[in-house]
Amino acid sequence: MSDIIDRVVFSELQATAGADFVVELVNTFFEEAPQMIAELRAAQAAGATERFRRGAHSLKTNANTFGATRLGTKARELELGGLPSDPAGIDALQALYDEAAAALKELSRG
Amino acid sequence: MAERGARLLVADDNKVNRLLLARSLTLQGHRVESAENGRVALDMLRRGGFDLLLLDMEMPEMDGFQVMEQLAADPLLRDMPVIVTSSLEGVAHVVRCIELGADDYLHKPVNPVLLRARIDSSLEKKRLRDQQKALVERFATSAVAADLLQGGFALGGKRVQATVMFCDIRGFTTIVESQGPEETIDLLNTWYTLMFEAITGQSGVVNQMIGDGLMAIFGAPLPVTEPPLAAVRAALEMTEMIELLNAERAAEGKAPLAIGVGIATGDVFAGYTGTQERATYTCVGDTVNLAARLEAHTKQAGRGILVDGATQAALAGRVASDSLGAVQFKGKAQPVDVFAIDAVRPS
Repeated sequence: MSDIIDRVVFSELQATAGADFVVELVNTFFEEAPQMIAELRAAQAAGATERFRRGAHSLKTNANTFGATRLGTKARELELGGLPSDPAGIDALQALYDEAAAALKELSRG
Repeated sequence: MAERGARLLVADDNKVNRLLLARSLTLQGHRVESAENGRVALDMLRRGGFDLLLLDMEMPEMDGFQVMEQLAADPLLRDMPVIVTSSLEGVAHVVRCIELGADDYLHKPVNPVLLRARIDSSLEKKRLRDQQKALVERFATSAVAADLLQGGFALGGKRVQATVMFCDIRGFTTIVESQGPEETIDLLNTWYTLMFEAITGQSGVVNQMIGDGLMAIFGAPLPVTEPPLAAVRAALEMTEMIELLNAERAAEGKAPLAIGVGIATGDVFAGYTGTQERATYTCVGDTVNLAARLEAHTKQAGRGILVDGATQAALAGRVASDSLGAVQFKGKAQPVDVFAIDAVRPS
């Protein structure tokens, strides 16, 4: 999980918002992110371009907040790339999210 | 230094963003509330009391652009400082936000140090603006101030349909002679306070204070639904307030006050007169002269409130009046129909 989370960004977040608060915030992200990914899948299946872009945009912002750089980059790619014809990109995003989530869980409690 | 502890509203549909922003702002000493979309934010702002809005652009139901358009169209919220927090890409979005009146634009994730600086600067600007507004209002009246703040200042005016009221204290000279100057000033201040209350309560504007008298306009500079009815209701309230004041004065062993009110409706020429340095909002024209004559005539008529035919007709029977016939006033070619309003509450 080497570069999945940018440690500098994450420790700055802990320093400015407080480590306890960041635990809470990470948990909120764990509640929200799976819904956002589900929303991306639904939008892709329905051909809803704008909904898809918004979902990716939201996920990008949150990923960057926690320093989940690779997740953020992938989300940005989806945000700016238009509606994909297949869910492959979302699958890749899901994999990055799972990785980032595992790292965040450890970091925030460390 | 900007003050700490302002009341801020965070509008963002993303829960993580909302929590984090609220946290940063709370740590900076502010009171923070949040809204999950533009519509909720607008409702909260309209309930009042917020000093600043932190606004996300992409939100369901009503997005940030729509919120800013609504704010710009709302006279009460037009000056609300807005700091946009967004991660929308492209300069075009930033430009559009600034054009719509945003104070500032911060990219997400928001840097807390930058956030603090921008909020302090926006609050400071708002404080200066509020101070300026309060100053204008103290010396103008809120309607004239609103007109000034909205349209800027220019000498000259326009012809409008309005109702003009003159009012004074009967036998004021006798009262002045019977008491000390401090007591007279006290009495005048009380009187003005009560009269202003009644007039502004009916959306009228007091535009001149002359010793123991005043002139008020209904329907200019800002429109009023029914200027004649508003003016007559104000006059009735003024009479009622004088009765309350008299009850207090009687308890202190002082002589009662009586007021005379003259009201006329018609075309007036309204605007700012004076010089660029010192000007006043006023109205001139036949209607103004007639209202002044009617007020003066209350003494001879022995009635408290006199109105002209145009005002009486506009009341359409909603306030009782009785005709005193046609009266020939100085400076008028034709006799004028005069009506007295009974000092009873309108139904």
